[in-house]
Amino acid sequence: MANIGIVIETEDGTVKDTNFGVLTAARGQGDGTIIALMLDGSADSAKEILGKYGTHKVVQISVEGADLSARPDLKARALAAAIGNYSLDALLGLASAQGRDLFARLAASMDLPLALDCLAVDIARQSVKKSHFSGKTTATVKMSGSVMLCAIRPNAIEAVEASVEVSVESFSPSVQDPGLVRVVEVNKEASDKVDLTEAAVIVAGGRPIASADNYAILDDCAKLLGGTISASRAAVDAGFAPHSIQVGQTGKTVSPRLYICCGLSGSVQHFAGMKTSKVIVAINTDKDAPIFEKCDYGIIGDLFEVVPVLTEVLKEKL
Amino acid sequence: MQLYVCVKHVPDTAASIKIVGENGFDDSSGKFIVNPYDEYAVEQAVQLVEKNGGEVVIVTVGKAAAVASIRAAMAMGAHRGILVTVESQFLDSQTTARALKAAIEQDGKPDIILGGKGAVDSEGFQTLYRLAGGMNLPVVSEINEMELGDGKAIVGHEIGGGAREVLEVSLPCVLGTTKGLNEPRYPKFPDIMKAKKKPINEVAIADLGVSVDNAQSELIKLEKVPERSGAKMLDGDVRQAVEALVRILKEEEKVI
Ligand SMILES: Cc1cc2nc3c(=O)[nH]c(=O)nc-3n(C[C@H](O)[C@H](O)[C@H](O)COP(=O)(O)OP(=O)(O)OC[C@H]3O[C@@H](n4cnc5c(N)ncnc54)[C@H](O)[C@@H]3O)c2cc1C
Ligand SMILES: Nc1ncnc2c1ncn2[C@@H]1O[C@H](COP(=O)(O)O)[C@@H](O)[C@H]1O
Repeated sequence: MANIGIVIETEDGTVKDTNFGVLTAARGQGDGTIIALMLDGSADSAKEILGKYGTHKVVQISVEGADLSARPDLKARALAAAIGNYSLDALLGLASAQGRDLFARLAASMDLPLALDCLAVDIARQSVKKSHFSGKTTATVKMSGSVMLCAIRPNAIEAVEASVEVSVESFSPSVQDPGLVRVVEVNKEASDKVDLTEAAVIVAGGRPIASADNYAILDDCAKLLGGTISASRAAVDAGFAPHSIQVGQTGKTVSPRLYICCGLSGSVQHFAGMKTSKVIVAINTDKDAPIFEKCDYGIIGDLFEVVPVLTEVLKEKL
Repeated sequence: MQLYVCVKHVPDTAASIKIVGENGFDDSSGKFIVNPYDEYAVEQAVQLVEKNGGEVVIVTVGKAAAVASIRAAMAMGAHRGILVTVESQFLDSQTTARALKAAIEQDGKPDIILGGKGAVDSEGFQTLYRLAGGMNLPVVSEINEMELGDGKAIVGHEIGGGAREVLEVSLPCVLGTTKGLNEPRYPKFPDIMKAKKKPINEVAIADLGVSVDNAQSELIKLEKVPERSGAKMLDGDVRQAVEALVRILKEEEKVI
């Protein structure tokens, strides 16, 4: 029976929804013990929701006298100690910006195999599926090592509930920071925005959006769906949107349940960042636009007319 | 300053990939380029040397053809190159990191080692962490902001949700770059000609004492991602089309 650890990510103290897909993936591996590892947030308040998704044990990890959030290497060392203490066979987590950094530090410090941005995981066979060649192909990668480390693309695996009894304990390893890297400042933009790479719904605006202000039309619609907005490179290069919301080969990779393209031509480079979305909808004035060849549902029309109507209908029907 | 830049030679992202056998791809016909994220690293290194003096050395682990990417980086202003020759495009990242370490340590004493946040072919996002781990150096990746201080570097990157983090690392260090750090230059013709005369040292991976056996991760299968077969178009006036869409998303797809 495998012991599977899950690194839980929190935001302002609450467990992010995207963790539940990772827990679901862990549960799909036979009758292993699922151990949630928390480096921030509170295990006591997370206990109930984590139990709902099949967690057997929640472990609050801390290092005496240290602020783990300011010491990325120390965080990785604390996690390494937990892998030993709980005899983990595999450690899963989210391939968010922080997750990728943490898992890469951990893999390097323990010399273990790591797959980042996985779409599927098979612990018994020690293999994962992940994207290769900017989303054009899917690779099956076989890993061999005493512990397998996998960070999963947010939303790639649908969350399914399955309640179990859950216990809480704490673990305080005595580890030391190698003193190489120090966080000196964190700037949280004062915003109520959902994180793009973890959003369940994204409304994307392309070049025809024509100004930064016009993104408000998309934002109104996205907010109703609990989602956020993104942009094509053409829109970013034209100065209508910040690079931080660009999706595609040179931007972010996302995998929401629903991706609505408003005025996007359907370039290979944009699709490289969002083609694993569950449902893709396109709104485009040109009936021959290539995007209609590679999405699920299409509406021929002007985004400035269609999107406000969509927002209105959603207000009525949701 | 002695700067090393890790550059991978990768298939052009616009090119389509022809899968050969179970886990191979046809690398004989398509165009190859400098890994796009590594271009930011080359540009950063060249700018640092233009300001502070020193030398930029490109280090590449790849097949013989990878020399083209070293020349491309030299046309951007790098001074020398080291090509560690291997037989495969996909070594595991531990092996690549060991080869990079051996090549750099044999060559000189780095002040900064730069590379990209990830290679666009294998999408590994970890080689630089392993290189830093092996050399016991600090590492920060996905940086899009960098300043040099006294014996240290101050770097910034995104941590999700629009938040940013600023970190301090002492030199020598390893840094992974991404878009936003700088604008990589387009080399001019004379720079391309000059690059042809710059020295490249070629060394087989085995001669660095690095074994390619016992890889911890191995690519066993490559499959084309199936494309969607075309949209179901929703007709009628705007209101009708939108109402049909909302109904489908709610009742059939269950995504809203
Ligand atoms: C190396 C490289 C990397 C790249 N990386 C990225 C990347 O990461 N992300 C990315 O997005 N792109 C990337 N690109 C750019 C990409 O090739 C395309 O140029 C870009 O995605 C096009 O953006 P667009 O669809 O918004 O604009 P366009 O191609 O101009 O398409 C606009 C579409 O909107 C339709 N339209 C016009 N008016 C309206 C209206 N009022 N309502 C509805 N529809 C309308 C048009 O019919 C057209 O189909 C990259 C390119 C290269 C070479
Ligand atoms: N074969 C290679 N030769 C030189 N540098 C490499 C090689 N593979 C990876 N790198 C460097 O490591 C970074 C991250 O690559 P990866 O971990 O493979 O995604 C790349 O952007 C390069 O800077």
